[in-house]
Amino acid sequence: MKVAVLRFPGTNCEFDTQYAFEKLGHTTALVWHENETLPTDIDLVVVPGGFSYGDYLRSGSIARFSPVMKAVSAYANDGGKVLGICNGFQILTEAGLLPGALKRNNNLHFISKQQNLCVINNDNAFLNRCKKGEVLNIPIAHADGNYYIDEEGFKELEKNGQILLRYSDEKGEPVVVNGSVTSIAGVCNIAKNVFGLMPHPERALEAILGSEDGLRMLKGFES
Amino acid sequence: MQAVVNVFLKEGVLDPQGKAAHHALDSLGFAGVSDVRIGKQIIIKLDTDDRATAEAEVKEMCETLLANTVIEDYTIEIS
Repeated sequence: MKVAVLRFPGTNCEFDTQYAFEKLGHTTALVWHENETLPTDIDLVVVPGGFSYGDYLRSGSIARFSPVMKAVSAYANDGGKVLGICNGFQILTEAGLLPGALKRNNNLHFISKQQNLCVINNDNAFLNRCKKGEVLNIPIAHADGNYYIDEEGFKELEKNGQILLRYSDEKGEPVVVNGSVTSIAGVCNIAKNVFGLMPHPERALEAILGSEDGLRMLKGFES
Repeated sequence: MQAVVNVFLKEGVLDPQGKAAHHALDSLGFAGVSDVRIGKQIIIKLDTDDRATAEAEVKEMCETLLANTVIEDYTIEIS
């Protein structure tokens, strides 16, 4: 598998993301945001975490107009797989590739900790290695992760199985972490080729460092 | 011309910063505050002298970049 990892001014998870996919035996290519095209023959585009453009105006709001994002939209609209992690999730919602928006956390804190997540839907390219209802332990690190969508949009998400993950306790019961609508931690688009989540699977690769649950998530893209 | 754009979270979308400031005002003894909302103000200087052109341009700026209309409303004052 060949993975394109985007890089904006202020991105800081691009090397961890590369490391994660290379650990799984894949090749990666860093793509600078000024590029108007993506590498050919890629299987996945990852928009990694960080603080693109210093989170100015709104997280992801300026990065979404970078030249490379036009190519990403075209790639996604053509059925290509795109994964946005943390700031990448914010960029994808700002770009309209994913529904909803990410607001400041309700408690106004930057929350950085290991967090349990419950797998809500696994009939997609991302979470197919995980079981429905399974609890994963993945780090979160964000100030603007408070997922918002209006009631009508929420009903659509539920109906179409677009809710990927919810913040939960160790039993899989939803918990309030940042104020997200129904504790949503990740969603996908209706065509199920664009995925976004606030937690950082690329930071959960080694059991000795807390969790290797992230590996299984990223492996999903292999099939 | 100059445009003053105010961007606020929509009514019904919880404004955590406004809520925190509200709590702080309460605890400082400022009674009778029923709501606090925090937004941002963006001041734009424009080359045009035509009000309608300015308004149309700034509206497009708001819809494209300055506000995320999924969660935010905006107002424009041209002078």
